[in-house]
Amino acid sequence: MWQPSATIKALRERAALIQSIRQFFIERDVLEVETPAFSAASVTDVHLHTFSTRFHHPLKPDAQTLYLQTSPEFAMKRLLCAGSGAIFQLSKAFRNEEGGRFHNPEFTMLEWYRPGFDHFALMNEVDALLQAVLSTEPADRMSYQEVFKTVLGIDPLTVGIEDLKSVCAEFGYADIAVGETDKDTLLQLLFSEQIEPKIGQARPVLVYHFLASQAALAKIDEQDPRVARRFEAYYKGIELANGFHELSDAQEQRSRFERDNQKRHVMGLPEMPIDAYFLEALESGLPDCAGVALGVDRLIMLALGASRISEVLAFDIDRA
Amino acid sequence: MANYSTNEFKAGLKIMLDGEPCNILENEYVKPGKGQAFNRVKIRKLISGKVLEKTFKSGDSVEGADVMDTDLAYLYTDGEFWHFMNNETFEQIAADEKAVGDTTKWLVENDECTITLWNGSPIAVTPPNFVELEITETDPGLKGDTAGTGGKPATLSTGAVVRVPLFVQTGEVIKVDTRSGEYVSRAQK
Repeated sequence: MWQPSATIKALRERAALIQSIRQFFIERDVLEVETPAFSAASVTDVHLHTFSTRFHHPLKPDAQTLYLQTSPEFAMKRLLCAGSGAIFQLSKAFRNEEGGRFHNPEFTMLEWYRPGFDHFALMNEVDALLQAVLSTEPADRMSYQEVFKTVLGIDPLTVGIEDLKSVCAEFGYADIAVGETDKDTLLQLLFSEQIEPKIGQARPVLVYHFLASQAALAKIDEQDPRVARRFEAYYKGIELANGFHELSDAQEQRSRFERDNQKRHVMGLPEMPIDAYFLEALESGLPDCAGVALGVDRLIMLALGASRISEVLAFDIDRA
Repeated sequence: MANYSTNEFKAGLKIMLDGEPCNILENEYVKPGKGQAFNRVKIRKLISGKVLEKTFKSGDSVEGADVMDTDLAYLYTDGEFWHFMNNETFEQIAADEKAVGDTTKWLVENDECTITLWNGSPIAVTPPNFVELEITETDPGLKGDTAGTGGKPATLSTGAVVRVPLFVQTGEVIKVDTRSGEYVSRAQK
């Protein structure tokens, strides 16, 4: 088990692909930045589990809890608030309780922010990046609502939870559906199991306007407040990227964090400290911008036709 | 019986599903970046033999199934039951037709078979990978024609029918792979 989980040939291709990503942003005059892997606070998202550790400062009596970032989002937005302009970062992200064919608890993330862009403009740039580094055909674009209507014949915006449960039962998910009270869980189940394998096969697809209840850190759409200005990129059954027209309202951001923590409390999950530096930065003003995070290891899997993430990592978690 | 959470699911774990004991074959983790995690699990139902995929919400748990495999020697059948014996304890177990199923055609006296017990009762019998059986009937075949014909059917002492090469004759004992039902060779004397 001392040997790498990827072949040396795969690692060479990995290096070349990362080089081409850097080139893409250098040509577009986007500044490369590095932000800390440690943070005093972390995400509140109920579906993200953080790693934490204790820092013993030689000049302080008490140890401090530090979290490993699940994405560099908060720190990069602080740079935007400080006037950085367009920035990108290639960094490690860490997510506890994730592992499998497409997951490694420590993985490489490409994240970038574009002041002056909305989510549609950034979707175009994601498309351009995929064409440049993966030589894909131009991506398709479909709203979340259209995708559900086309593939499953249901409207996710109007469907009631009881109807959604019957749809789930038809696909054999009755056991999950029966006691479920959260519509989003059922939509996510149908999306993962029934939609993702059927879309974006020949060319990538950008799915936009997720439900407002799944906004994460995206702005709510003004024309249709039922949806958020959030998009995702899928290709060959793999979720590649998640982007937002970024929420800049500090008050709204704070209440989303608090709502998450209330949900955590109900679910019996630990409540997370809210990132005060991030909220202060938002209060000082985040320029109107769009940002996106893309899983680099998965991009390399697609470039190499790999079937497991371990095939593109020097050492996967089992060999770490 | 203990409950098992999705993170304990691994190949070989026996769980209850729809009132039937099942064997887990594969467990795949599925999770959208922002959203609920699921486990897509491949399962074999142990009584019907059906293989299916079942999705669980990560963290959900299911009841384990009291299923164990034991190696027992085949003794005889009385027409209704097939009798097996533990060669060390001499304890005997009788399996009914439902449990034995198609395996009857591979049962050779004294061969060790794997008996799957659910709550102590046999639900499946797996024969050894290779068995030796006598041919009771096959066409004499044509002398000299040894290749490229695909052989001929031969009926074995248990009633099983396998394709054998033309040179193999009635009364000979042959070795058969029970997993594929294919002829392997003449038995070593």
